Amino acid sequence: MSTREITLTVNGRRTTLSVEPRKLLVDVLREDLGLVGTHIGCEHGVCGTCTVLRDGRSIRSCTTFAVQADGADIRTVEGLAQGPELHPLQEAFWEKQGLQCGYCTPGMLMRCVEILERDPDPTPQSVREQIASNLCRCTGYATITEAVCAAAEVMRSGARAGTEVAS
Amino acid sequence: MTTVDRPTPPVRTHKAERTWVGKSIRRVEDPRFLRGRGGYVADLVLPGMLHAAVLRSPHPHARIVSIDTSRAEAAPGVHAVVTGAQAAELTDPLPDFGPNPAAHTWRCLAVDKVRYVGEGVAVVVADDRYLAEDALELIDVEYEPLPPVVDPLAALADDAPLVHEPLGSNCAYDRTFEFGDVAGDFERADVVVTDQLRWHRSGGQPLETVGAVAEHDPATGGFRVHTNSLSFTSYLFMVATALKIPANRLDIVPMPAGGSFGSKLFVTKPLVIAAMCARLTGRPVRYLEDRVDNMANCDHHGSDRHYDVRMALTRDGKITAIDIDTVDDYGAYIQFGVGHHGNALAQVVGPYTIGSVRYRVRAVLTNKNQQGAYRGFGSEVNNWMLEQMVDKAARELGMDPVEIRRRNFIRSFPHFIPTGNVYDSGDYDAVLDKTLELGRYEHWREVQEQARAEGRYIGIGLITAQERSVFSATEFWFWFDEPGAPVTSMPESVTLKVDATGAITATLYSCAFWGNSPETMVAQLVAEEFDCDPHDVSVVYQSSKNGLPATGPGGSRTTVMLAGAVEGASAKIKEKARRAAAHLLEADPDDLEWRDGGFEVRGVPEKRKTLSEIAIMLHLFKHSFDEDVESGLEESKVFDHPYTTMPSADRKDLGVFYPFMGHACHLPVVEVDVETGVVTFLDYAAVHDCGTLVNPRSLAGHIQGGTAQGIGTALYEEFVYGPDGQLQTTSYLDYPIPTSLEVPELKIGHVETPSPWTPHGIKGGGEGGRMMAPAAINAAVNDALAPLGVRITELPLTPDRIRAALRAAGHGS
Repeated sequence: MSTREITLTVNGRRTTLSVEPRKLLVDVLREDLGLVGTHIGCEHGVCGTCTVLRDGRSIRSCTTFAVQADGADIRTVEGLAQGPELHPLQEAFWEKQGLQCGYCTPGMLMRCVEILERDPDPTPQSVREQIASNLCRCTGYATITEAVCAAAEVMRSGARAGTEVAS
Repeated sequence: MTTVDRPTPPVRTHKAERTWVGKSIRRVEDPRFLRGRGGYVADLVLPGMLHAAVLRSPHPHARIVSIDTSRAEAAPGVHAVVTGAQAAELTDPLPDFGPNPAAHTWRCLAVDKVRYVGEGVAVVVADDRYLAEDALELIDVEYEPLPPVVDPLAALADDAPLVHEPLGSNCAYDRTFEFGDVAGDFERADVVVTDQLRWHRSGGQPLETVGAVAEHDPATGGFRVHTNSLSFTSYLFMVATALKIPANRLDIVPMPAGGSFGSKLFVTKPLVIAAMCARLTGRPVRYLEDRVDNMANCDHHGSDRHYDVRMALTRDGKITAIDIDTVDDYGAYIQFGVGHHGNALAQVVGPYTIGSVRYRVRAVLTNKNQQGAYRGFGSEVNNWMLEQMVDKAARELGMDPVEIRRRNFIRSFPHFIPTGNVYDSGDYDAVLDKTLELGRYEHWREVQEQARAEGRYIGIGLITAQERSVFSATEFWFWFDEPGAPVTSMPESVTLKVDATGAITATLYSCAFWGNSPETMVAQLVAEEFDCDPHDVSVVYQSSKNGLPATGPGGSRTTVMLAGAVEGASAKIKEKARRAAAHLLEADPDDLEWRDGGFEVRGVPEKRKTLSEIAIMLHLFKHSFDEDVESGLEESKVFDHPYTTMPSADRKDLGVFYPFMGHACHLPVVEVDVETGVVTFLDYAAVHDCGTLVNPRSLAGHIQGGTAQGIGTALYEEFVYGPDGQLQTTSYLDYPIPTSLEVPELKIGHVETPSPWTPHGIKGGGEGGRMMAPAAINAAVNDALAPLGVRITELPLTPDRIRAALRAAGHGS
């Protein structure tokens, strides 16, 4: 099958790739770039497990062809932590137990990054409404809402939360 | 008269002061998952790895006339195409705990006929998943459709088409059990309440599907398989049998599961398909279900039951007997037998002093995906049925739901229920009191009354129900008189290693990680024993080949069993360390006591050796010790089920098989919009008692998350098969899983009545809110609709069903 050349900037790093037009963005991220933190859940755009940010907006990478993202700036979960230091959202998810099995977590985190970039001080109800885009089968969502509000507070104060603990 | 030996284990004394057990801590597993470095099966890439995809049947019931794979074989990138008939040459039937495996034979692909929509008929192995799926479209299958068997009641008719001809019937199992004087109790009853109830099938639907990556070694004929389903670890020899290899040639490497909720319990099909293809192609092969595979062909749909129930009571509301007749639609195969009903029988009388029980179960085979496990494993259905009956009785007797429950609570422990199982401990009044307070019961009753005056329908559900934990495998065979077997030990093992620096590593031997937190829990238990920080304990998972006996998670057993194994291994480590310390301190071992991370001479705190000081001596300087001391400080414990007994020969007593009995009270408050049939939550309180808590916030997570799943079961989720046998819900658009907008934030409370028979008094609690929520929400909706004379006895309570019930009662059009 023929391929097309595309350029993606993923987590700040510019890459040129040759991909089949039918190849999904999530598969290019996982297989061609080795960024397996973005997971595949329902494969039909409902669950949000595969959420990444394209030019700052969340998209379903399982229903996006990679060629549609040509030239775009893509952010994935791998771009959140800075070396040993977790992003405040990751810290807050850990602190509030906003995860159990961890499978929806990368997509949920990216959605929450977008929520806080748009509104640094959301109410719990607003968070609840906005994370309805993403399914979590484990937590029942309450701790995720709490984590997002806690992270928002930390990010507003400009502080970085906590210290890294060896994983 | 049945005589039953009821030995009880010695009662334990639990340590009063605990440092780590009972403390809410951040999970040690989380940092890798938060970074997207979970290491799931889809993340594993091996050199030369190929990808398998399965062709699924579009027919519910059809004979396979022919399969032509030639076009698919010639397609780009294709390495192999295997039909069901070829697979039957390459593999033996899959492990099956059903009543008559030779007559309802289950294989990794269908051979001569398909028995449900989605059943696999062929597999393609190709360079990548895209090419494999391309080739699936080039396989030509000629089917001869047969009439589908869809309705389980119709399936029982003599002239119904047969799902499995060798069985001669669609009824795979039919038996009635009697425990106590049922006939006498009904004869003496002042009131008999009867009802019919219907629980439709839903499923765990973890966001990660099931998969395996298999490597074949042609030199030994063996396999190494990486998979996210590895429970029933001690039974993996059955998987080797399906692959036609000796058990010592199979090594299964556990991988973390992106959720299971039971649905990854002993899933053998993807593993066998991947291994079969790896052997055939000489390359590593990944087979990972896609979402449609998982919804239509996962072998793990949940319970699907019809109930006819009678309950006997005295005039003052004392329940004396219950007579249950259930037809359970198992689908096309019956991998786990009727173990789901063992789960029900473990707690069939709930928290009540019901004296006799009749239980008839008919397991019916139909043209549907088969039943497996879903959080509760059939006991959550029993909770719902029983609480529905108790509420109906209260209504008929004019009693308050709180009052009838208090009148029937068991208050003396240990308590043997009529089926023979034991409840170890509990304080049901305390749980109820706490829930009524937390959930502001009186307040909501007042609000409800005002709302009714305004034409609004608010309902308060109150249920009190059990959560059995730590199963014994007798519940998989006590259904049959023959073959008899002794009680099964269902062990779980841990190895603890204290290295030369004093750092501790714990090795676990069953399923890696299911979204529960075995690493945190084991780290806390180890920290409790050795006075270290749980975050400094390293936890690893061993593959099966070098494994110790283990069973794996299921039936809320992991915490209790691993606690026993950690306790045992720690005792051995401490014994060796004590002797070593005594030698180094030139003291009598009996004069030493463990204190703050080391051994010291009692009353002489300056004469002490820390664990690190002892460990380095034992690792590097063995010759300092007596001849019989070996280098190193590493010990294992195989911990067997602490309390299980034989059933009686006549099966009028099933023995002890699920003894550590949790309990909970749920109190949801809902409003039903009678125009649309939509249910919304106004409040929700839940109090659980799972004995001594290990990590309270983990348990709270199971309560909140399990309740979210229970909300799905109660209001939204259903695998719908049409009358033509087609599965109508094959996407998350048709199978709606609750989002953050459908799940209220719970008010959660804990009561702790320790078990007398487990380490620290722990009971299992992993099935959490899903044990209770369906019953509680159904009760709340019925309470809301009571003024309209409507009571619904069928789940899920979709807007359609609610509106239909209202119309049937003459409300609206």
